[in-house]
Amino acid sequence: MKKYFSRRYLGIPYMVFLILFVIVPVLVILYYALTNGEGQFTLSNLFGFFSSGYAIGTLVYSIFIASVVTLVCLLLAYPAAYILAKGRIRKSNVLLLLFITPMWINFTLRITALKEVLTAIEGNISYYPFLNTIIGMTYDFLPFMILPLYTTISKLDDTLSEAAQDLGAGSAKVFLKVTLPLSVPGIISGIMMVFLPAMTNYVILDMLYNSTFIMGSLIGSYFAAYDWHNGSMISIILLFIILLVNIVTGSFTDDGAGRRRAVL
Amino acid sequence: MKRAGYIIWLIIVLLFLYMPILMLTVYSFTDSESMGVIRAFSIENYKTLFTTPELRNMISGTFVLAVVSAVISVILGTSGAIGAFYSKKGAKTFIDSANQIPVVNADVVTGFSICILLIVVLNMKKETFIPLIIGHVVLSVPFVYMSVIPRLKQMDDALYEAALDMGAKPSAALRKVIIPQIAPGIFSGFVMAITLSLDDYFITTYTKPATFDTISTYVVNATKGAQTQIKTALWALSAVIFILITLAFIFMNMEPGKEKKNV
Repeated sequence: MKKYFSRRYLGIPYMVFLILFVIVPVLVILYYALTNGEGQFTLSNLFGFFSSGYAIGTLVYSIFIASVVTLVCLLLAYPAAYILAKGRIRKSNVLLLLFITPMWINFTLRITALKEVLTAIEGNISYYPFLNTIIGMTYDFLPFMILPLYTTISKLDDTLSEAAQDLGAGSAKVFLKVTLPLSVPGIISGIMMVFLPAMTNYVILDMLYNSTFIMGSLIGSYFAAYDWHNGSMISIILLFIILLVNIVTGSFTDDGAGRRRAVL
Repeated sequence: MKRAGYIIWLIIVLLFLYMPILMLTVYSFTDSESMGVIRAFSIENYKTLFTTPELRNMISGTFVLAVVSAVISVILGTSGAIGAFYSKKGAKTFIDSANQIPVVNADVVTGFSICILLIVVLNMKKETFIPLIIGHVVLSVPFVYMSVIPRLKQMDDALYEAALDMGAKPSAALRKVIIPQIAPGIFSGFVMAITLSLDDYFITTYTKPATFDTISTYVVNATKGAQTQIKTALWALSAVIFILITLAFIFMNMEPGKEKKNV
């Protein structure tokens, strides 16, 4: 008789679950993306995407929007994270929590609040679609940028910047040559947490002014039209972009697991 | 001087994050239908919120779904983490990598792919709630797994061996030795699972029964509708959630000597 019950058997249910509901769904959409209604292999969904001006326009526009949102988040969050980590502010850990707490309020409710405020300020929010898109997404994603930046910056070794100072570097030079390069891993995980959701979260746009000219919404509209094949193709293209971004950035981050909502 | 600049920057960012929800909280106690026009104090919105069956069902449905999917996620993710931790390298690498897929994937894609598999291919009925629950578990179980694994790494394995040597059954050793040591990880995984489920929109829309709504899907539909009574009742809901979170925040920080966890 075996003395030990092997603990590794406990992993079997989860492994089965992952295969059934994580791996198989990806294979199924891959199959749908590469077939037509009759189940025949075809690349027409792929060519269809790249020959449709609307689809390409959406892709380019989403990348553009996501880049602007990521940049704005970074510009707002980096100083905040730096101040919290190195500013010698009293109770900075409590303050950090304040920056993260908004994540616990349902994002559709937060966007509702923002929409009311923007309407009160601008009169009619449809006059400024681009500005409101950027404000809305920045508002929603900012906490996800602050957290990884804070984690990285607070781990930086102060003696390095002190050494640079002792060797005669001015404070701007110390920041550019020491602090900033060392915080790159945090910047990269922050970008990952903001850029990809910004490309796909079409609900924010939808709520702000009923327009959905963004990658994620293409899936939504094909879904509404019961067009599984083209919807799957968009999903696969998005998945490919996500994979690409992960491979490119993977070498820079401390822990790849960082993405989104790593609260608590 | 520098210090004042620091504080001002923090205040600007905090104002941006909190101003809308604070304003909405104030307006939820008035009878105005849009911001900017304060008329009079009123708790009408709160009456509507707590007495309209549609709203009450939607809120309780959201929380039941969150708890059910979080409990399943905790059981599956914890046992998965223990199993993977003691598995051979191949199986462990497989679970680790598959676990990352829903984490890095866009929620739209996750929701859409689960919907295609369960509803289109396997012809499962959305009304059974099974696709919805599976979807929410897929969303949150990786985070349970990721918060349990570090605890297993910190654990002293000799205690488990000692328990077995002294005659404890493996199941008892698991319950009394391993689980207590990884409990903090299980707990934070559970809280994360609840938060993710409550905040989800995309997986829910692709897998929910037509007559069921969570807060997210309900709010998105309500913002398009013209029913002002429902719209302002949702302000009251935001205010309630905001006030509860603020209270939790104050409570957490009042407790003296409590260790703060921000991983």
